[in-house]
Amino acid sequence: MAEHRPHPASTPQSIRAEAIEILLIERGLLSESVIDDVIVRFNERVGPMNGARVVVRAWTDPEFKTRLLADGSAAVAEYDFEGGQVDKLVVVENTEAVHNVVVCTLCSCYPWSLLGLPPRWYKDPAYRSRIVREPRAVLEEFGVSLAESTSVQVWDSSAEVRYLVLPQRPTSSIGLDEADLPALVTRDSMIGVALL
Amino acid sequence: MNEELELEGPIAPPLANGELLFDAPWQGRVFGMARALADQGAITWDDFRVELIAVIGAWDAQSEDARVYHYYDRFLQALETLLVKRGMVAEGELRAQVDAIEARPHGHDH
Repeated sequence: MAEHRPHPASTPQSIRAEAIEILLIERGLLSESVIDDVIVRFNERVGPMNGARVVVRAWTDPEFKTRLLADGSAAVAEYDFEGGQVDKLVVVENTEAVHNVVVCTLCSCYPWSLLGLPPRWYKDPAYRSRIVREPRAVLEEFGVSLAESTSVQVWDSSAEVRYLVLPQRPTSSIGLDEADLPALVTRDSMIGVALL
Repeated sequence: MNEELELEGPIAPPLANGELLFDAPWQGRVFGMARALADQGAITWDDFRVELIAVIGAWDAQSEDARVYHYYDRFLQALETLLVKRGMVAEGELRAQVDAIEARPHGHDH
């Protein structure tokens, strides 16, 4: 059968997928750009970049930071993120004194309009129970070592309230161009299981 | 517009660090087609779910291995089944289209 393959990268599945796409476009049911848009929407526009932009603005705009910490939902509403209907968003700030980490002990509530799709481990029963019982040990496993003097605050999400961690700005980022800052802000840092 | 995905259980898609994981471009295309058809109301996501659960269930019954790597094979099969059932694509024309793509000379298949 190999000689029938039009291209080494083509597989029976890729050909069938393309055939279906051609037929659906011929029918006027879809267009190439509509399909492209869906993929982009899931992988980029609804991704951790939204959260990263909010974090960077809080780092660089003290007035926005005040508003963000006072009322996360209202401050984030200014952005009009796609699918961003978070009923109540609470933003919690990491400092030398307090490290915040987010969990949903009941299910998997998550501010996905800001952070995209949750990582697998967020739904893992072990994470959900252990982060409450022994947060320092779990954070160590994520590679987060905190000073003894830093207390750990665990926030339990629900259908009504979602949490976003505002990570501390890394000192290494001082002097960087503001446009380069969002790339530094990882998804895990906004859940509270990583430092920047 | 339904943005929710089922991220665990029998029909959860493979993810890497929370992002959808596609091993080949066609996998992204079939995912995009199914979601776009549902967004536009040509199919419902629930109907697609039912097909996907059936296809994955039938496959799980015969094989335990490497489900992650073949997830989109099942996804494609479910989409195809639903489109044929709904009369949106006929099996004969699909076969003809596949033959036409396979008959294309090198360099025209992107």
